Amino acid sequence: MTSQSSKSSDSRPTLLRAVLYDPDVRGIAFQALVLLALVVFFVWLSFNTANNLRAANIPFGFDFLWARAGFDISQKPIDYTLDSTHSMVFWVGLINTLIVAALGIFFATIIGFVVGIARLSKNWLLAKVATIYVETLRNIPLLLQLLFWYKAVLSVLPGPRQGYVLPFASNLSNRGLTMPRPVTGDGFQWVFWAFLLALLVVIYVSRWAKARQMATGQPFPTFWAGLGILVLLPGIVYVVLGEPLTFEMPELKGFNFQGGMVVKPELIALTVGISLYTASFIAETVRAGILAISHGQTEAANALGLRSGLTMRLVVVPQAMRVIIPPLTSQYLNLTKNSSLAVAIGYPDLVAVFAGSTLNITGHAIEVIAITMAVYLTISLLTAAAMNWFNARVALVER
Amino acid sequence: MTDISSQTSFVAKEFKTPLPPPASTTGLLGWARANLFSSVFNAVVTMLLLLLIVWVLPPFIRWAFIDAVWTGDNRDACLPKDGQVVGACWAFVRAKFGQFMLGSYPYDLRWRPELVVGIFALGLAGLAYEKTPGRGRLALFMTTAFPLLAFWLLYGGLGLEVVETANWGGLLVTLVVAVTGIVASLPLGILLALGRRSKLPFIKIVSVVFIELWRGVPLITVLFMASVMLPLFLPEGVNFDKLLRALIGVALFTAAYMAETVRGGLQAIPKGQYEGAASLGLGYWQSMRLIILPQALKIVIPGIVNSFISLFKDTSLVMIIGLFDLLGSVQRNFADANWSTPSIAPTGFVFAAAIFWVFCFSMSRYSQYMERKLNKSHRR
Repeated sequence: MTSQSSKSSDSRPTLLRAVLYDPDVRGIAFQALVLLALVVFFVWLSFNTANNLRAANIPFGFDFLWARAGFDISQKPIDYTLDSTHSMVFWVGLINTLIVAALGIFFATIIGFVVGIARLSKNWLLAKVATIYVETLRNIPLLLQLLFWYKAVLSVLPGPRQGYVLPFASNLSNRGLTMPRPVTGDGFQWVFWAFLLALLVVIYVSRWAKARQMATGQPFPTFWAGLGILVLLPGIVYVVLGEPLTFEMPELKGFNFQGGMVVKPELIALTVGISLYTASFIAETVRAGILAISHGQTEAANALGLRSGLTMRLVVVPQAMRVIIPPLTSQYLNLTKNSSLAVAIGYPDLVAVFAGSTLNITGHAIEVIAITMAVYLTISLLTAAAMNWFNARVALVER
Repeated sequence: MTDISSQTSFVAKEFKTPLPPPASTTGLLGWARANLFSSVFNAVVTMLLLLLIVWVLPPFIRWAFIDAVWTGDNRDACLPKDGQVVGACWAFVRAKFGQFMLGSYPYDLRWRPELVVGIFALGLAGLAYEKTPGRGRLALFMTTAFPLLAFWLLYGGLGLEVVETANWGGLLVTLVVAVTGIVASLPLGILLALGRRSKLPFIKIVSVVFIELWRGVPLITVLFMASVMLPLFLPEGVNFDKLLRALIGVALFTAAYMAETVRGGLQAIPKGQYEGAASLGLGYWQSMRLIILPQALKIVIPGIVNSFISLFKDTSLVMIIGLFDLLGSVQRNFADANWSTPSIAPTGFVFAAAIFWVFCFSMSRYSQYMERKLNKSHRR
């Protein structure tokens, strides 16, 4: 007994040491400490916030969303009046953000791919011009570019009477881009359904053509056939129904246009600025993606007798897309986030009308900023999830 | 032997001198054929681009130099007189140059920011050039003593007259926000990157949530948050300077991006380095400090420079919450009735764009140079 007790008294410090130096124990203790620190920090924050809100007499809550907003918004894609609620302000802002993001992504992708491929062109002048484009635009802050387009280009355009006359009865002036507005008549929805049907037929035809080429080696002019179906089917329906689509022409009355459809200068400046800026980054992504494909692929394609255009389209680009798409997605995300710079030129996006006007009127800073951040965060996380799914799919295709 | 060769006249006595290449493949003409007009498509593209250049370049040169106004004291100089075309109003930039650089910093104290920027430029040049003697000590000075010195010189106190940050402006604010943002975000970013790769689940979750939260939102909302919400989070009576609030927002935002950059470097370190450190008996922090981070940070220098470039451009956003950086100062001076003419807006924007461009372009060149150099030393 005595020997055992002395043994245990000897081992007590070593046991303590063993526990203290056990990586698992240390890990748990460290995590507990961090958790405690975070809890204390957040409790302190909420305590301060509650105090400050009480002092400022602003009750915390989301009731303000159903209060009357009472201000106008210059671009209303959905019904909105002065009597609408702040939740409607949120939806108008969100849709405006999505509009500019969609336009920006569309144009930036086209310009970016063209410039990126042009930088690799054998044409010396073309490559140099593309390089100058990229190096100039991506080294100047986007905000500066937006202000430049808005204040130094679009604002100094002549008034509607002296505006630039463009094709299709359009007019570009300091009031924006005025265009004819399409007015759909009775039965126009059938044209739309015909278009959808045509789309399904094209998908079926392209699958069939691919299967046939795989089996027999005979190519099928999928592109031209598809284009024909897409144009002819809705076209025939349109003519049969008696052309149920008219255009409302903009007319100069007094100092401005009446009727028609107006794209506001804010939207033009934002779309132009954001597209050109993001395109310079997309161009670099595309260039890097194409350079990542080994030269042997091009040479093998040449050895098979493919012309350079076909080599690009059938061999290089499909492989490069795998490299390009992940960074391309993050550029799209950047573009969407950058569209919040709209506030600087007065385009009514989510940040401008909701985190701007609504916040100033109601004073509910925490709720408004939290909702705004949550929207952008949701968009980012959804895109990231889609990206991971895509990456997994591409990886499966690879081997 | 000689006899035979003299008789058989069809055997050449010496090598034929090679003919010169066809004129169409050498010189300027050959170069143009190969690089500009190699096919019909290329020829068309070249012609279109030449047209574009002729359409854009001469008017720009006319605007920027020939029709430009270089001197003058007020708007009269830049007003178009009797049908004469007025281009850029450089007189405006000359008159407002001090404003664009330092904002409304008091005139007689301007030697202080100038001294700070001078020391900063010299220090940076010393760090960028590898053969500087005592580079390690210089780095220590730049990261520890210099920020304190700079703050003392810029803000004042301890015998110097205090200059409130509300009076700071122009390029000075741009540099202060960008440099402070990157320097403050580096330690936090390293910790977050280590946290994201940690084996401790809670630490990992906290790091991932922090990083993805900040990366998922636009900088503007972060700045709005810093300017509107931060005062609500603090105890009553504690109030921050507006510039400091923006700096906190920028630093947290940049830290998330920095964490992802550093994580890339950590992932590039082969596993053998971690195992080697462990086999030497080094603990986690020792192996990180002595083995892993020195290698990882070296790899990510280009990435850090790229982060700095985007931060430098993004500092222009502080304009939206009412701070006057370079772009903000330029914008503010458009409202000066003394100078208000149609030509000052494009002139001011072109001037600001040129400054931003010079900074960003030279930094991106440096980053590319570092990348090439690091690639070389890693290649076997």
